[in-house]
Formats: sequence, structure tokens, C-alpha cells
Amino acid sequence: MLKQVEGSKAVADAVALSRPEVICAYPISPQTHIVEALSAKVKSGELTPCEFVNVESEFAAMSVAIGASAAGARAYTATASQGLLFMVEAVYNASGLGLPIVMTVANRAIGAPINIWNDHSDSMSQRDSGWIQLYAETNQEALDLHIQAFKLAEELSLPVMVCMDGFILTHAVDRVDIPSQEQVDEFLPPYHPRQVLDPDEPISIGAMVGPEAFMEVRYLAHAKQMQALERIPTIAEEFEREFGRKSGGLIRPYRCQDAETIVVALGSVLGTIKDVVDELREQHLRIGVLGITSFRPFPLEAVREVLDQADRVVVLEKALAVGIGGIVAANVRMALSGIRIRGYTVIAGLGGRPITKESLRRLFLEARDDKLEPLTFLDLDHELVEAELQRTRESRRSGPSAENILRDVGAVSARIGW
Amino acid sequence: MTAVPLKFYQVGSFAVGNRLVDPEQRSVQSDTDRTNAINSGHRACQGCGEALGARYALDAAMRATDGKLVAVNATGCLEVFSTPYPETSWQIPWMHSLFGNAPAVATGVAAALKAKGRTEVRVIGQGGDGGTVDIGFGTLSGMFERGDDVLYLCYDNEAYMNTGVQRSGATPPAARTATTQAVGPEPGNVFGQGKNLPLIAMAHEIPYVATATVSELRDLEAKVTRAMEIRGPRYIHILVPCPLGWGSASCDTIKLARLAKETGLFPVFEAVDGEVVSVSKIRHRTPVEEYLKPQRRFAHLFGKNPRPDVVARLQAIADRNIKRFGLLDEDSEEAQ
Amino acid sequence: MFQVRIHGRGGQGVVTAAELLSVAAFIQGQHAQAFPSFGSERTGAPVVSFCRIDDHEIRVREPIMQPDALIVQDPTLLQQVDVFSGLQPDGYMLINSSRSFDELGLAEFVQGFRRDRLLTVPATELAMKHMGRPLPGAVLLGGFAAITSLVSFGAVAAAIRERFTGALADGNVAGAVEAYEYVKNEIQELANAQAG
Repeated sequence: MLKQVEGSKAVADAVALSRPEVICAYPISPQTHIVEALSAKVKSGELTPCEFVNVESEFAAMSVAIGASAAGARAYTATASQGLLFMVEAVYNASGLGLPIVMTVANRAIGAPINIWNDHSDSMSQRDSGWIQLYAETNQEALDLHIQAFKLAEELSLPVMVCMDGFILTHAVDRVDIPSQEQVDEFLPPYHPRQVLDPDEPISIGAMVGPEAFMEVRYLAHAKQMQALERIPTIAEEFEREFGRKSGGLIRPYRCQDAETIVVALGSVLGTIKDVVDELREQHLRIGVLGITSFRPFPLEAVREVLDQADRVVVLEKALAVGIGGIVAANVRMALSGIRIRGYTVIAGLGGRPITKESLRRLFLEARDDKLEPLTFLDLDHELVEAELQRTRESRRSGPSAENILRDVGAVSARIGW
Repeated sequence: MTAVPLKFYQVGSFAVGNRLVDPEQRSVQSDTDRTNAINSGHRACQGCGEALGARYALDAAMRATDGKLVAVNATGCLEVFSTPYPETSWQIPWMHSLFGNAPAVATGVAAALKAKGRTEVRVIGQGGDGGTVDIGFGTLSGMFERGDDVLYLCYDNEAYMNTGVQRSGATPPAARTATTQAVGPEPGNVFGQGKNLPLIAMAHEIPYVATATVSELRDLEAKVTRAMEIRGPRYIHILVPCPLGWGSASCDTIKLARLAKETGLFPVFEAVDGEVVSVSKIRHRTPVEEYLKPQRRFAHLFGKNPRPDVVARLQAIADRNIKRFGLLDEDSEEAQ
Repeated sequence: MFQVRIHGRGGQGVVTAAELLSVAAFIQGQHAQAFPSFGSERTGAPVVSFCRIDDHEIRVREPIMQPDALIVQDPTLLQQVDVFSGLQPDGYMLINSSRSFDELGLAEFVQGFRRDRLLTVPATELAMKHMGRPLPGAVLLGGFAAITSLVSFGAVAAAIRERFTGALADGNVAGAVEAYEYVKNEIQELANAQAG
């Protein structure tokens, strides 16, 4: 059924339709609307049987999900940014134990400095935790991916992170098609655990594994993600058959076939990029954009196949590997090993900095002319940066950098764009 | 708590005396049909108080729940010695997640069982003092506050034993640990620190809080049994001497647990909804030295440079407990 | 694509107004995207929200820098924030005020734009009258329906009734009706003045 609703509410609807049995979450911007909506559904009796546990921290949230999943319940939680970091020990525990928990990460920057706006630093920080990571381009895809995520997680006994841009998607009101309960039930069967805490068949879960077997246990975790590379596209196809639309999958190429320049990106920025690609195509630029939906497992072969014939690749990412450069770029580079191709990394949109069509247009033209540096920070205010560097050169007690820069930026009043 | 008055005529020791008692009143451990929830073959040290406590507690819980029990264990000695890869000594459904989250994982298990309509299956969360008092404190408090249906057992050996005897929030004052060495003007753990978890649990006004030791095992069984008759968050704090960490003889474990109670240093009581409802009285009031001397972790208080002042402060703590909890019978000679 | 930018202060329903506008467009069978500026939202602080309306899927997600229409819920912002930034030359503007553009000190400003598309309406007063609360957002949308043919009044009213119930819904709709009439009148007067 078509609805005009906030992304968070659409996701809450999709999660509720997936019949979770335990929902446990700790509030953090910008995920709050998702869990609030779910708590109302449980409290009113609309979503039943389901236990909604108001936990005291994100660490508790993931831990409660672990216990619930181990006891055979379909478990769900959501977090962002600092919250994701606070639960990291449990995040690794969940994937290490093979528990099919589904978690929404409402992508938000990680502090310091504290910042509540969107970028991908949170989920990127957990890319090696063993969780499957799927990135939604639109609110429609965000809601669809949650339904697919439960199916994928339970088939493989691996937890899945569905990433959606905080505020940009979570707080945007869009037209979405919410499936019916019958459709979801048809697609997503009840959860049959591979391992479960059951007095009728007692087992021990959570053994210590020493040098004799640790390599093998960890290899199997990797092997499972390799299996996911096959399952993700198949599940997307099954989804299309049941629900009538394309959603999910490993990658999404747009006008890449004859492109000389291909931009690679994740998440909601893909929409803006597609508009710019269309405009530049009108001006006869051979440019396309490759969206990556499944970041973990990383679809090396699929990415290579699309980028192979391009002259240059521009990886535009909302995260930064401090001290080296791009995160997505490094993964893309791996996919291109052995292929000679010009590669540019563009760090953009950190901490919610808007990515505008105008900046992208300029950027892509510079790329086409091979005038880009290997690493660019889009729309960086060099004056601000230089002023702070100068301060640090002049005095030892130069003060906290963030505060200094904010003071230079001026009064806090609403500014359009940036 | 059921109490059967018994007169010991000839035994001359603190033997449990099961032969003298009706079958229904005998200890769970004396029952050949007991679960052996934690089976023999585990790798605990000789004289380990925790292994003893866990065995009694869990078998009692299994009987009380008719075998429908799930246990969640924090990282620590019990978890490590009971699951030496590739074996497990657990004959019940058992899970180990992390160090600080046993209460939360237990909450999750209970929530799942509730969602599935299987509330006849009960949940135990358990861990050492480190995992309960320190790193698990937040999740424990959350479990208490929400009213989750979990019985939490804390096996308190008063330090982080598994990692090499480091100080925890349950380490008593003056005790030597690897991070509170017996050096300097104030040797051992500092006075004025530490958390009283049973009192904190009572402050949450949960349905049932109790303390117990491995010297009164029938009492421990009875408390676990009583706890299983109740729904909601319950907490039992069990003193479990650790021969290795305490520097005591492995045959002294039960004796030391008894002395901890008889000196007043470890009050044994029950509380319901935040109020103390019963107390295990001191049978023979004992000065704290008798408890401290057999433990090398207190050796620096005696010997070449004795610290009678520190001992006196420990005695003052004991005296305060006795008064506060009413640990002495008013009529007894000790009270005079 | 039609782009609307709404300015106001936290607590005035700026975000809700953008949402309602998007729902009105949805009811008409169009695609719409509404989102807030994600600034530090606290009561009284300047807030901006955005709404895009189009006949097909809207992919772009940048803030609206070249709006086709501006709605200003709080006239005190006119001196503080560059609300007019990027407004298209034939753009629409609706300011919540009982004063005219001249009285607001904007006489010079209006020169660059189409005068018949710059209007004011006392939305807060209307809201107080019909609801007893100073929430001008939905009321302003009634006025907005009068300026452009982008959303019909019917769609605006339906959007309001989907979001609110009971007295609040009635009050909002009544206020929106009056705002609609007020603005229609204002447009008529401007046309007469220009003709005469």
C-alpha cells in the first residue's frame, strides 16, 4: 500500500511485518523514531507476540538481542554512531556466535567532535565485525532491505546490519509502498534456529576456542559471507517476484555500460549523483554511477566487471580512514587489482555536510579532465583549515581545534546548504 | 526458609546429617537423581569455592524448576573452568556471551521465552564478583529495574581471580591483590571503597535478595529454591573462598566461608522487596583474626610488621555489620 | 520539479508544515519529498524545512538552494536569516504576518520579483482564533494553496485531517480555509491595483 511517511516509520512498519519476537533498543539520534514507532506497536498489542525491552545502554541492547536470538527468537535492534561503538564487543560476539540478529544503523558521524548528522563512519568502523552490511539508497529500499535481511540472516546464521542515512533518509517523508502481512509471511518463514538454548536438548554456547581451532572457526565466518554473495542476489530476485520491485542485490550500476568515468558510492547520495549523471549525459559526457548495496560481503567480482572498461573511477564516500584516505576506495581498488585505471577518492558529506549537485558537477568535470588529486575532500574550506594550522604553529596553547574553527565560521544561525 | 531443628549427638562436626532427616528435606546433592548441572571433569582448582557453590545452586534450581532452566554465564573462572575446549561440563542449556553482559543476555533469553509462551522455562544469570559488581553493574541494574524474570547468582571470591587476582569492587579492605599490593603505608586494598551489591540490589526493591556462603550449603539450596518460587528479578550473592587468590589451604574453603559469617564480616540474610526479613545468626562470635590469619592475602597484617590498627578497623566493620543486621541473638552470651 | 523552502523557529511546526505539504501532493497522486534542515533544533531557534514535488520519483537529496516558493512562518527571521537566498525570480513567497510587504520593510526587495506572487497572511492570528494555539504551519498551507495551483485546497485539508484529529483537525482546517480566502483576496486586490 502506498503511503507518504517518514523513513523511520516505514522501516518500523517493515520490521513489524517481519514478526520480530524481541525488540530491544536504546535511544540515539537519529534512530529514535524507528524504535518509538515499534514500541507503540508492541504496547498497543498491534505487534504480538513480541517483547519490547527498554534497555539501559546500547551494550545492553545488543546483549539482550544475543540472549533472545540464542533462545530461538527473531531479534531486532537499532542504533547509530556512538551507540554502535558502545556495543562493539557485543557486535563481534553476535557474529562470532552466528546469531541472525537484524540491526538498523541510522548512519551518523562518530565523535569527537560530537556530531549528530549523517555520514558512514559508524557502520564503516564495523565493516570487519563479521556482520553483513547492506546500504539503502532510498527509504523504499531501506524498508525492503529489512525484510530481506531477516531472511538472509536466518538462512546463513549471520547477523545483518541495514544501513540507512541518518536524517537524510530516516527523517525524510517519502512515498513508499508498504507490503501486506500476507506478502511478507509468504517471503519470510518463521525462524528455525541452527542452535538454540532448549532444556529439552541442552547445549553449551560460547566456548573458549584455542589455537587449535580458532583459525577454522574464523574461516567458516568468512566462508559464510562468501555464501552471502550468492544468496543476496537470489533473495533480491525472490523479493522482486513476491513484491514486484527491484530492491537490494549486491550492486546497482546506472548508465555504466559505455561510461568512461564511473562514480562509485553508497547510500542516499546515489540519488543526487544520478541526477547529475543525467545532466552531464545531456552534455554528452560518458559518465555513469555504480551503487554498492552490499558492502559486506564486498562484491569484488561484480564491481570489477562494471568498472573494468572505464577509464577512470571516482569513489565518493562519506567516511574517512584517517591516516590513509578512503575506505570504500581501498575496497574498490582491491576489486580492480591488475587493471590499469585512474582512481580518485573523494571524501564528502562528513558530519552531514550537504553534497550538492553543483559541487558534484564541478567534481565530475574535473575528474573527466583528470585534474583531480588522488584524494580530495569535497567543498573543504581551506581558509578555515589554514587558519587553525596557523594558530597551532604560533602557540602551544592554541586551544581546542573544533571550538576555534566554529568561532571562525561565525554565528550559529540557520544557513542554507553550508 | 525451611529449618528443621536437629540435635547432633555424636557427629562432632558440621556434617549435614542427611540420614537423620526426612527424604523430602534432604539436600538436593544427596539425591542420586540430581541433575549434575555442572558435571565432574571441570578444571576448577582444588578446593574451589565457586565450583562448590555453582553445583549446589544449579542442581537446586533444576529441581525447583523441574529441569526447565537456561543458564547464562559471564566470562570468568566458572565459565572458563567449566568449558575447557573442546569439552563442556554443563548438562543444562548454557550460554556464555561476554564479561559485562550476563544480566542483559539473561534478560534477552527471558524475553524470548516469554514471547514464545514458554514461561515455564526459567532463566539464571551468573557471574563472579568482577562481572557482577564492576563491569556487569550497568546491565545488572537494568535487569533489576525493568523487573525481568531472572535469578542472578553472584559468586563472590572478592577479586578478578581468573586473570590473576586483581582487585575488584568486591575486594575487602586491606586484602592483597595483584593491583593492591601489600606495600607502602596502606598495604593492600584501600579502606572506604567497594560496593555492597546485596544492599544495592535491595535498593532496587526487587522481590528477593539473599546472601549465602558455601559453608551452609543447605541454606544455599533453600535460598535458590525459594528464589525459584518467585517471578521477577532475584539476586543471590554467594561468598566463595578461592584458595589460590586468598592464599589459603584448599581444605579450608568451607571453614573460611563459615568464619566469614561467624565474625560478622559477611552477613547472611534474606530480603524481600527491599527489606531484610531473615538473618542467619552468628552461632559463635569470632574475632576477625581467626578468619584473616589462614589467608596469605592478609599476611602483611601479621608477622614481622603487624598492623593491629588495620585489624581493628576490619573488626569495626564486622561489629558494624553485627549491629546493623542483628546478627547476634540478644539472649546469647556473645551479645552481652 | 517544484521546490518549497519553509523558514520558522523551533516549535512553530515548520517540519510538520513541510510534511503536510508532501502529503497533500501525495494525495494528489504526485511524488513528494519533505525533510528538515537538521540544525540544532530547540524551541525558538531558526529552523528550515524543505519540500520537493514532482510527477516522477525524486532522487536528489541536497538542501533546496533555489526554491520556487518560500514560506516564512516567523517574520522576525527576516532580519536574522537570509531567508530569500536563491529564490527564483518568478518565485512565490508567503510570509506569516498581518503587515504588508512594505510595512515589513521589504519594499525594495520586492522589486526583483513578481509582485503578485509575494503575499502575506496573518496565520498566527488565524491559528489562535481557530485553535487557541500559535501554530501557523497548516494554516499557512491553506494560504499557499491559494497562491499556486500546485496543491489544491482539498488536498491540503485532507492532509491536515490525516495528521490531526478532533478539535485540532477542525481548527487547523478552519484556519487554513480562512487563510485561503485571505490570500485569494489579497491576490485579487493586487491584480486590481495593477490594472487600475
